[in-house]
Amino acid sequence: MMDDLRDTFFAESEDLLTAMGEGLAAMSDGSAGSETVHAVFRAVHSIKGAAGAFALSDVVAFAHSFETVLDAVRSDRLVPDPDVMRVLQRAGDVLAELLEHAREDRSDPPSALGSVLDALEEITGGQDDATPDDFVFEPLGLGMMAPLALPPAEATGFHLDFRPTGNFYPNGHHHQHLFAALSELGELTVTCSVPDLPPSAETDAEGNQLSWKLELRTDADEVQVRDVFEFVEGLCELELRKVESLDSFDDRPPHDDSTLPEVAMPTLAQAPDPEVLPRPLDVSSAVPTPAAARESAPRPTLRVDLDRVDRLINSVGELIINQAVIAQKVSEAGLPPASSLVAHVEDLSLLAREIQEGVMLIRAQPVKALFQRMARVVREAAEATGKQVELVTEGEETEVDRTVVEGLADPLTHMVRNAIDHGIEPPSERIATGKPACGRITLSASHVSGNVRIVVRDDGAGLNRDRIHATALRKGLVAADAVLTEAEIDNLLFLPGFSTAASITSLSGRGVGMDVARTAITALGGRIGILSTPGEGTTFNIILPLTLAILEGLIVTVAGQPMVVPAASVIETIRPAPRDFIALGHADRVLAVRGDHVPVIDVPSLLGFGPELDPMDAIVVLVRASDDSLAALVMEAISDKRQVVIKSLRSNVGQVAGTSAATILGDGKVALILDPDALTALAARRRAAQHAVQHLASREVRHEHAA
Amino acid sequence: MLSVLAIDDSRTIRELVRRALENAGMNVTTADDGLDGVSSFGESAFDAVITDINMPNLDGFGVIEAIRSGQRNTRVPILVLTTETGPELRARARDAGATGWLTKPFDGAVLVRTLKRVTGAPLS
Repeated sequence: MMDDLRDTFFAESEDLLTAMGEGLAAMSDGSAGSETVHAVFRAVHSIKGAAGAFALSDVVAFAHSFETVLDAVRSDRLVPDPDVMRVLQRAGDVLAELLEHAREDRSDPPSALGSVLDALEEITGGQDDATPDDFVFEPLGLGMMAPLALPPAEATGFHLDFRPTGNFYPNGHHHQHLFAALSELGELTVTCSVPDLPPSAETDAEGNQLSWKLELRTDADEVQVRDVFEFVEGLCELELRKVESLDSFDDRPPHDDSTLPEVAMPTLAQAPDPEVLPRPLDVSSAVPTPAAARESAPRPTLRVDLDRVDRLINSVGELIINQAVIAQKVSEAGLPPASSLVAHVEDLSLLAREIQEGVMLIRAQPVKALFQRMARVVREAAEATGKQVELVTEGEETEVDRTVVEGLADPLTHMVRNAIDHGIEPPSERIATGKPACGRITLSASHVSGNVRIVVRDDGAGLNRDRIHATALRKGLVAADAVLTEAEIDNLLFLPGFSTAASITSLSGRGVGMDVARTAITALGGRIGILSTPGEGTTFNIILPLTLAILEGLIVTVAGQPMVVPAASVIETIRPAPRDFIALGHADRVLAVRGDHVPVIDVPSLLGFGPELDPMDAIVVLVRASDDSLAALVMEAISDKRQVVIKSLRSNVGQVAGTSAATILGDGKVALILDPDALTALAARRRAAQHAVQHLASREVRHEHAA
Repeated sequence: MLSVLAIDDSRTIRELVRRALENAGMNVTTADDGLDGVSSFGESAFDAVITDINMPNLDGFGVIEAIRSGQRNTRVPILVLTTETGPELRARARDAGATGWLTKPFDGAVLVRTLKRVTGAPLS
């Protein structure tokens, strides 16, 4: 039974180690808030707590030393200077190694264990107070709960005077429960003392006026009896007198009229605790109806190694391809449509799709956890800036591929911080403009036509376009004479190296611009757009693919080869007239599309697959890159639109310029998947190189003239 | 049958608690942080609550405070289950309104006995 729990422990430990590693990294580069330090502490602490259950004493002891230093940091008793951080990082490595050894049942300690332990202890100055002698299985103070032998003939006992005080009842204690525990030790007689009872009008709500005289016949010792009262220490008055012989019990004062004899176990009705008086609601619902029980019981889940899921996804991908090959062969065979083979192949393809969807769901996770992390970011950022901000989340149950959820954490954090730092105004300013003092950040997630849309919206002041434009000019990111639309100015935010100098603060500054967020989102196959209204706020729209393993694509032909253009980036396909191509200088061309001029990228020649296409034969796929710029991709033909299974090239043949990955088509051919971002970047570099060559050439021409 | 809410951010501990209690015939609901725990607490009538102290979102002390100052079932027995030890923790837990405390790693049988003790359930 412990084996699968052990697996749970190691799997959880890995998650905790990851969180710890991220936190330590953030602490090292100085970007960590107090919450990060707490999270690192908690991760190590959780590992320690759970490791104890598997008697991994090395892990427990080391985690304890590690945690002691982290505790000093989180309570500001220790400054995490670079020296301390180095030790903490090494400690993180050793902890990971210890767990790995434990998992493999290896008894040899990690080589760095001793030196890191010494370093940790040096930091705390050896003040580690609670070195793990408390990590033994022996429960504290509960020895009396062990089954006891019947009192022997020579049984002795105790007289106890007991009176609840203070928060005895509010803390959930009950005198009956104590009496029940005492009667486990021996034979208990309970007498409720009335003389102490004030007139009922003066009885306070806590019902502390009653007191009891108890007689316990037992061979248990005083420690065992006192243990029963462990939890109520400070919440009662207790006098305990040991009685040496059975006969002593007979010496007790005779019952006078003021003492009510009570049965050994008082009944509920006699309880002075108002909470214990019949509570129809609680009593009736204490026994859940079968339906309620079913509802409250969590649905059973299964924890699976991610590798296995990925292997399964890969196999399903192959299945889809294989099925497509068969379908194509069958259709080529020219069988009559009514043939049973055709029907079976259709069934097969339906089933294959179902399996594919089911498998994809395994990797899907609700964005709830991600959004919850943002709540913390909002709190921290609001505190740091002295602004009031509330976080509203919508569509928390929306499921997204696990990789996407993980990859979104950093960009979302950045955007939320930015929104609070630059977007939301200070309370006074908001009130002056008629807004509620408390700003609002809305995070929403939804499924939109096969994609996931994540929206980050603030109700702040909106973007300061004048300042953005001025900054971009100063940094030479735009030409001085360029006339930019509002949207174009907004998108300057995403340019690498852009960060409005006036706005760098400790919070969202760090010299990291929105370009980092955009890069992260692009890496997930997504796009980000921005929309801002002065005085009303700013909205970031993030569109992400549902999964990173399947892609909706246009199948196109480039230099006779099939290739795929991701459908998400396609705006439209055009068969342009040759006169729509306008030459600019020696090598550049733009395409006139409804009054706009879009840079032309001749895909075959750019990728080095062939000469430039004759405009007469060309077809154009208009794509939008993730920076919102348009590009006209020129190619020979478009043949189909379908889902393809993404196959990484990187692990096989390395990165291919202008492409992101490859896929295998129904006829078994390999097709490269074109990446609009990579293509535009490649084209820009090519143009720059050509300009340089022309520039050199013209200089040489001048030199020749001069000579 | 006792119905117990167990709040801990460690999946392993939650699972250990669940097994120990379910083997003893108790009905266990788990929650993975303090906020989750408080909201679960409001959803059904529990006979006891077991909570960790160090948790994200809302720590164990916050959980106890929320329950004790809540609208109903405010005197439910609450056991603190934590790796922390020492007299200050006990004092803090008691002052916060905890009914009892146990130290991790815990022995399942002890947890069961302690739960029965604070809820007044028969031991056998």
